[in-house]
Amino acid sequence: MANYNSNEFKSGLKVMLEGDPCSMVDVEFVKPGKGQAFTRVRMKNLKTGRVWDRTFKSGESIEAADVMDLNMEYLYTDGEFWHFMLADGTFEQYGADVSAVGDCIKWLKEQEIYVVTLWNDAPIAVAAPNFVDLEVTETDPGLKGDTAQGGSKPAILATGATVRVPLFIEQGEFLKIDTRSGEYVSRA
Amino acid sequence: MLRLPKADISQHHQLHQLRNRAKVISQIRAFFAARDVLEVDTPVMSHYGVSDPHIDSIPVTFTPDGTSIGHSMYLMSSPEYAMKRLLAAGSGCIYQIAKAFRNGEAGRRHNPEFTLLEWYRLDFTLEQLMQEVANLIDIVLIDEVLEWHFWSYRQAFEEVLSINPLTASDDAIQAKALAHVDIQMDHSTPRDTWLDLLMSHCIEPQLPTACFIYDYPASQAALARTDIDERGNKVARRFEVYVNGIELANGYHELTDAQEQEQRFALDNAARSAMSKVPMAADIRLVAALQAGLPECSGVALGVERLLMLASGEKDIAKVMAFNHHLA
Repeated sequence: MANYNSNEFKSGLKVMLEGDPCSMVDVEFVKPGKGQAFTRVRMKNLKTGRVWDRTFKSGESIEAADVMDLNMEYLYTDGEFWHFMLADGTFEQYGADVSAVGDCIKWLKEQEIYVVTLWNDAPIAVAAPNFVDLEVTETDPGLKGDTAQGGSKPAILATGATVRVPLFIEQGEFLKIDTRSGEYVSRA
Repeated sequence: MLRLPKADISQHHQLHQLRNRAKVISQIRAFFAARDVLEVDTPVMSHYGVSDPHIDSIPVTFTPDGTSIGHSMYLMSSPEYAMKRLLAAGSGCIYQIAKAFRNGEAGRRHNPEFTLLEWYRLDFTLEQLMQEVANLIDIVLIDEVLEWHFWSYRQAFEEVLSINPLTASDDAIQAKALAHVDIQMDHSTPRDTWLDLLMSHCIEPQLPTACFIYDYPASQAALARTDIDERGNKVARRFEVYVNGIELANGYHELTDAQEQEQRFALDNAARSAMSKVPMAADIRLVAALQAGLPECSGVALGVERLLMLASGEKDIAKVMAFNHHLA
């Protein structure tokens, strides 16, 4: 792969650091008037999700990472891998292991489109859309008439995720969930 | 009313920033008029660039009409050399609002072309000049009541990092830097680079809202005279001003010794060579001015756009410029 020099650093650049693919979240040129220039980068390790600050000397270069974010449809799991298919019409399939799927596992729904991050053509991360519609598989019976306000209860969704929902929600309903906060938004 | 293409205004800056800049420039002129400091204007393009190892002048070529032979010149990184020649010629106290150029410097707080307010005060001590800088900033940032702190460089390191930057060993400074900053840097890297790293990454974010740092390590003197501090350590009589963690200005009790000035040019160039940078010829006119006699003075350079950023609460220098370098 190519190398990037510190003067080419910018948010979103994917690079190799200590053997792992990383993404630059934020880049700042730091230079005292009479001193040495540095480039301070908020870096995210794409495999572990760790975010930290890494500083580079001016002129330092690092290897680019062969990383791509692609839209893929979730198909099924065989227990070991979660299988996705490219949404570009090529039907090409990729299997992501448990560490690549990570927290997204509780939002995986068949036929939904996810962003799968490929590193050297293998999935390393899966990101859910901001909102998914999921069916309630288990919750206490709904309280009739109480649609306006007050109280919440746990509900288990088809993917296994547990979210707090209003008291009037019934088993079998479809709910719109914000995957970033893991919170109920509305009935779907 | 100024008319700019609509896209320029909406995307890159707002007209109120133009008005704010004009207001601050007029405040600066009134400040110096009241103090009987003369406004001057010196060349932006010069035969000599700065020798400072960490500042790179932007080279330009002047080609006289009728020839194809170009003369190498530089866009000035500050008006310092030329203003000192005026001081040596007997100008008295002077100031300048000058365009300055620095190669390679671009970021949220840097634009390769920017505005420096530089001024020199005859017979001022460093303390007197620091007070005057604080007075000027107080006038521009009128909406904030700033409580000014004056910390020595040593005190700042001791307060924030519990290490004495003047007396600690090179190994101790390196260990401190590597404990706080994730970076890969050779052990042979100069001590001042490690100190710069600690200053920019650990100390600046921890400084009081309005703070002067003074008495730098003698190795970071640039064009300041050196002296012995109250603990017997050799220090540079130099200061920097920080407001909200933003470096605003750099001042010196000015070096007036021509011989020492020549030695510093040589040291700068040795440092430049070690960094694989081209050496810069010593400005013989500056050396000649010092030989003729630079009066006792203190001087300071203040980044005008940085001051505008503070005055308007902007985090990006592009927001306070009509057009930053991408749009120039």
